[in-house]
Amino acid sequence: MTYSEIVLDLINSDDRYMIMTSENRAAFRNLPPLIKNNFVDTGITEQTMIGMAAGLALRGRVPIVHALATFLTMRAFEFIRSDIGIANLPVKIVGAVPGFLSDGNGPTHQAIEDVSIMRGIPNVNVFCPADEDDMLKGLKKVIQYPSAFYIRYNMTKPVVDHSEFEVGKAEVFGEGKDVAILVYGFLFNQAFQTKEILESKGISVRLINIRTPKPVDEETILKAAKECKLIVTLEDHFITGGLYSILAEVLLKNKKTANVLPFAFMNKWFKPGLLNDVLKYEGFTAEQISKKIIQHSAISN
Amino acid sequence: MTKEKLRELQKTALNVREHIIRMSGNGGCFIGASLSCADLIVYLYKEFLNVSLQNLNDPNRDYFFLSKGHDVPALYGTYVELGWLEKDRLKNHLKTNDFIYWHPNRNIPGIEFHSGSLGHNLSVACGVALDCKLRNQKNKVVVVVGDGELNEGSMWEALLVAAAYKLDNLLVVVDRNQFQANMQTEDLIPLKPLDKKFEAFNCKVESVDGHNFESLDKVFSKFPFEKEKVSVIIAETTRGKGLPSIEKRADRWFVNFKDEEIEQLLKELHGEAKAHLTSETIVAR
Repeated sequence: MTYSEIVLDLINSDDRYMIMTSENRAAFRNLPPLIKNNFVDTGITEQTMIGMAAGLALRGRVPIVHALATFLTMRAFEFIRSDIGIANLPVKIVGAVPGFLSDGNGPTHQAIEDVSIMRGIPNVNVFCPADEDDMLKGLKKVIQYPSAFYIRYNMTKPVVDHSEFEVGKAEVFGEGKDVAILVYGFLFNQAFQTKEILESKGISVRLINIRTPKPVDEETILKAAKECKLIVTLEDHFITGGLYSILAEVLLKNKKTANVLPFAFMNKWFKPGLLNDVLKYEGFTAEQISKKIIQHSAISN
Repeated sequence: MTKEKLRELQKTALNVREHIIRMSGNGGCFIGASLSCADLIVYLYKEFLNVSLQNLNDPNRDYFFLSKGHDVPALYGTYVELGWLEKDRLKNHLKTNDFIYWHPNRNIPGIEFHSGSLGHNLSVACGVALDCKLRNQKNKVVVVVGDGELNEGSMWEALLVAAAYKLDNLLVVVDRNQFQANMQTEDLIPLKPLDKKFEAFNCKVESVDGHNFESLDKVFSKFPFEKEKVSVIIAETTRGKGLPSIEKRADRWFVNFKDEEIEQLLKELHGEAKAHLTSETIVAR
């Protein structure tokens, strides 16, 4: 099933579900005539869309709202915080072209603090699927979840067949004890290739797909910190507030520490361009990541 | 409107104003805005809205949103008069053992949605109004907004969308008291001609004296003003209405009065001696 087929299926089986967009129909161009009243396009008005979604939710609806991730999470941030977070309404917030996926758009379109600000809101959870397969496996459960979720929309081609999805559970590949790579979203592909490169050089790797940065799977993270020589965090996000911060919070809360090598944006926006070129320019290809891991003292010694 | 009904509404509004005055000590409240919309809120709940604590789960009931949230003492006072809130609970104003503070919140039964941040409740009301229309229900959805609140771009954004979706079950009531927090609206960000602005957004607009129950009744009874259009009522009001020593004074936005001042204000409300106010006025909240 595709994204729009899953949503259509949900709406057909339950009239509470609605699709809303502030003029961003890419994910479901075929749906408006099929779902009629359950489709609302508010025009280029992220704030009004979120406020209206709250109003619809007060009436028992479950709106699934769509816009570009930057404008949705930042232009309408206070509406999400105050109208959805404070009221604890089950609105699903779908942000398109998050992180590196904004490729050539430039910094105005780079949602690379979205995970940080969305997870900071009480009652709002975060789902960052690794690819299309991961997203579609999690979509129904996330939409049906009783509280709000921010979804980092990601339709990139899958490199693996993902396991069954559960909110708050990470997906673990391998039991390696040299390196644990924590990753969410689009960079899962590079992480997967990194695992293969490192293993070909005799370094054992545990790849952890943090499907929901909130609620986060603390147990899997702590187990990796205990068993592995090096923890790598890999994210197309500012270093502040994302996976690196989540790891730090989990470790500190449990009075643990670890050797950590973070890959994230260090207080800067990324160079816009064609996606593959951008990855290389910013040092986020599997080859570049592998090289840095091999050079890390926890591994090279 | 019968003379009897008019007297009843006037008496209720007077009682609400007493509640507001009593909430203006021990931490204080936004007294000016509360007094300007007291008559409007009394009229809406007693005469216009089909909503009560008994029908909150009825999908066909009406909805009321107080978008300019700092005037919530007027709402609490009205709830006391309706018997929705025990009078003694007003003494819990700003106490941590209750939920009665400077802005509305859903812990108080009857309050539809929290407000405080300006420019939010109109879009929330649009969502409710849209759902009522999609379900072919006849609910009225009313939002009271401040004139100062109209500085917020989100108000006009929501009106564009409301017009696009032809939300003729939506009624926007502007408490046009001519003031925002510290300034007169026309001295800071002028709104005139306000009716023309709403009309340009495809709304149908009526203006009315917001303190005259008979006039209010005439205008509200015309709702919906025009098929497929959002209705707007510009209620011309006076900030601090009922207390000459507070009326139209920029420095009486937020106040925290001493007990003896409150007693004097209660007398002033009933037309006795004018209060002598010495408390410093707090102008940032």
